[in-house]
Formats: sequence, C-alpha cells, structure tokens
Amino acid sequence: MLEDTVVGTAAAPAQPGGRREVAFRGGGFDLKPKAMHSWIAFAILIALWQVAVSRRWIDPVFLPSPLAICEALWSLARSGDLWLNLSTSLVRIGWGWLFGSGLGLVVGIAMGLWSMTRAVGMPLVSAIYPVPKIALLPLFILWMGIGETPKIVTIASGVFFPTVIATFSGVDGTPRNLIRMGQSFNMPMLSIIWKIIMPSSLPGILAGFRISMATALLLVVSAEMIGAQYGVGAFLLTAGNLMQTDDLMAGVVILSVLGLSLGAILTMLEKAFLSWR
Amino acid sequence: MEIIADVKLHAYGTLTVLQDIKLHLRPGEILSVIGPSGCGKSTLLGIIGGILKPTDGAIYMEGEAPPDCLNPLTFIFQDFALLPWRTVAQNVALPLEHHKLSSAERKARVMDALQRTKLDEFADALPKQLSGGMRQRVGIARALVVRPAVLLMDEPLSALDAQTRDLLMEDFLDLWLRERVAGIYITHNFHECLRLADRIMVLSRRPGKIKEIIEVRIPQRERAQKSAQAVLADLGDRLWSLIRDEASKAEREVVDA
Repeated sequence: MLEDTVVGTAAAPAQPGGRREVAFRGGGFDLKPKAMHSWIAFAILIALWQVAVSRRWIDPVFLPSPLAICEALWSLARSGDLWLNLSTSLVRIGWGWLFGSGLGLVVGIAMGLWSMTRAVGMPLVSAIYPVPKIALLPLFILWMGIGETPKIVTIASGVFFPTVIATFSGVDGTPRNLIRMGQSFNMPMLSIIWKIIMPSSLPGILAGFRISMATALLLVVSAEMIGAQYGVGAFLLTAGNLMQTDDLMAGVVILSVLGLSLGAILTMLEKAFLSWR
Repeated sequence: MEIIADVKLHAYGTLTVLQDIKLHLRPGEILSVIGPSGCGKSTLLGIIGGILKPTDGAIYMEGEAPPDCLNPLTFIFQDFALLPWRTVAQNVALPLEHHKLSSAERKARVMDALQRTKLDEFADALPKQLSGGMRQRVGIARALVVRPAVLLMDEPLSALDAQTRDLLMEDFLDLWLRERVAGIYITHNFHECLRLADRIMVLSRRPGKIKEIIEVRIPQRERAQKSAQAVLADLGDRLWSLIRDEASKAEREVVDA
C-alpha cells in the first residue's frame, strides 16, 4: 500500500480504493489589501456623478456636481467663511470633548476600581447613556442661558458616557494576575493604577475615544442647527434654507474631512502607544 | 529566613479548600508541594505570600532577610505575569521603581539579574517577541532583582512545552545551587519535584490536607547521576501511589465554581 515514490500522473479515477489525490479545499476567506481598487472605485463614482449632473440626468439644484462643490469650497475658503465656521465648531468640539472625556476617564477609573463607586455609578450611567444627549440641550439652555456653554456641555455629556463605559471596561478587564503581581512586589496602589491598570486599559480607552469623537461631531452639528450664528451646523442649515445645495454639500465634505482627520489622529495615537500589542 | 505556615482552614463560602496545613520552611530549603489539580496548591501559595487571606490561620516569617533584600517573599508566576508594554529590562526594573535606590544601583541590579538569567542580549525586546521559556526567564530575573529571601513558585514551568521545561529546570537548578534561596515550589509534575525538592509535601484532593511529607536525601547535584536513579524511581513510585487515587477521584469530580 505504501510506496516511496509517487508514480505517474494523478487524476485518472482509479478503481475504488485506488490511489487518488487529496483535493485542495482551503481556498477563500483570505482578504488581501487592494488599495488601488478603492481609489479607482472612488474615482469612477465621482466621474459618474459629474457626468450625470452635466448631462442633466440629475437636477443640480438637488445634487450639485462634484466640480460645483469644489468651486463652492474654494470660494468659501477665499472669503474666510470656511475658517470662521470650522474654527467655531472645532473650539466647541475641543472644549466639549476635553471636559467630557476628562471627567469620563476619572469616573470610569473610579467605577472600575471600587465597588462603592461602581454600585452608585452603574445604574446612573445605564439610565442616562441611552438618552440622545441633544434632547438635553433645551434644558442646558434654560440652566445656562444661550451662548457657548450649553453647546459645550451638550457635547461634553455626549462624550462623557462612551468614555466612562470604555474606561470602566478597560479597567475592569485588566488581567487580575498582573494586579496580583504588582501587589506581590508591594507596589503602592497609585503605582499599580498608573503602571499596570492604565496601560492595560489604554486600548479600550482609545477605542472609546473613536466612538466619542463621532458623538462629538454629531452633537456639534445638531446643537449648531438648533441655535448658533456660526459653526458648520449653522452654515449647513442656512445653506439648506436658501437652497444653496453647493454650499450645503461643501459643508458635508468639510464634515467628512473633519471626521477622517480626527480618526487619523486617533490612529496615530494608537500606533504610538499600542505598538506593544 | 524561615517561614512557618499554620493554615487551619481556608474556605470559599461553604467550600473548604484547605484544612490543617502546617509547614515549616527551613533556610535554603526547597519544599515542593504536589497534589491533584484543584487541591488548593496555588491557594496555599497565595496565602503564604500574603496575597490571599486565610479563613483561619496565619503565616509567620522568622529571622533576618539579607540586608539588600527588598521583597522577602517573592513570587514567580505560572503565566509569567509580564507587562506586555514594557521591554524585558523595564519589566525586570518594575519592582525596584517604588524603592529609594540610586539610579546607578537600580541599573546595576537589573543588569545583574539579566546576566544571571542569560537575558542581557534581550534587554530591549518586548515580551511578545520572546518564546515561553524566555518569558519565564524574565519572570525569574524580575524575582531575583529584589534579592528575595524566599521564592514562591506557582507551577513556573507548567505553561511551557516539555523540552523547554527540561532546559529551564536545569537552569533553574544551577541558579538555585548558586544562590541558595529558599523556595516553595508548587507543581503537579513528579519529575520536577524529584529533581528540585529537598522535601515534598503531598496534598490530598479537596479539601487539601497534608497526606505525607517525603524527604529526598540525595543532594540535587547528584540526582542526575546513574547511582541515584534507583532511589529516585522508588520515590517516584511512592509519590504516584500516594496521588493516583486522589488524582483519579479529583478528575471525576464535578467542579462547582
């Protein structure tokens, strides 16, 4: 039955029990990066869009052509409106995100570390987390008057909860054996938190930042649509009311680029801090 | 330094894990604790090292630790417990960082520990780049860096493959013969017991009680020699007969966690 040498060509279906080749069945389920394809598909889509609008298959009042959007962007950049609205929104996101995630980190760590804070915090967080935070804006306006504060607080409250949950799970998920190891060397509690628990939670915290960035973007636009003079959201709303769809689409492009840039910053942070994984 | 343990009872709720364990670790001695899985060996070590609180009982140290000792009772863990974001040298330096040492002394201690475990070439590697055996060497270096009085070893080799285990055990023995640090060595492997231990404590299955304490009178240095094999084989048979029933009963038990 067992032969040292493989004789002849395979394939020919022999009699039952004769020698036959084992068929390969491990193909597929193997994704490879294909960067070129992404760019080509993107370019084709834009080209089709351009053709469809210039041939008037689509009414440019409802959907302006990519070229028209670029022109709108250019004139916005030249007039200074782009920077004015963008910087206003960025400042709101910045403060809101800073307060929300700062407080979220502290509360998340406390809930991860101590039974008391967990028992108190968990039901509160669970109850308020699902509320769309934009629903709180009218309340914040009542409390704090119109102006920047209620918008920043709305964004902060939206950022706070995902950060709390991400931080809490990160701290809670720190391998017990690492904490025991720290204790077995008499490390002080603050050292254990700073040198063991925080680095171990960092992947989860950064993943939480990704979610809270998106929330911040959503909330800044919503808040500015409800009541603001400047900001990308206010700009979008005005453009819509005036049927200036090219400006409106320019605003959408700005938001897309903004979201991508924030995501890229996070990716850089992950590369810098999580290279050990 | 000597360790006197008197664990009258350790229980999780109604589940008794350890009962009436008295042990006395003499200076420079390696005491091996062997028993079927789930008999509370690791729990016992945790209690001795002050990581777990016994339900009833206490652990005592007696005698002075060496003057440069920073952490008398020092663990070596089964799963190595290395910080994956720190390099080898940084992991080894971790237990020194909260002590007041000059940076020169800190560096000297780390270098010394790395040299003694033959890790000096790998000081800047991350744990993920190392094999299991090398990772446990880092665990050993981290324990040596504090100049321990007693090493508490919780199945330090059982996460490794058989070949690596044998190699590392020989290194371990070399190191121990040079340093003469007393140690408690938890294992379920006869071979490791018989190679390393001065005394072997056999625990019964849960609730873990002392079944017998066996003295291995041949010096570790001579145990690889042919003349020792017959005696060691006899001891091995005796250990196996002590544990066999317990192990097979323990294996059939339903674990209620």
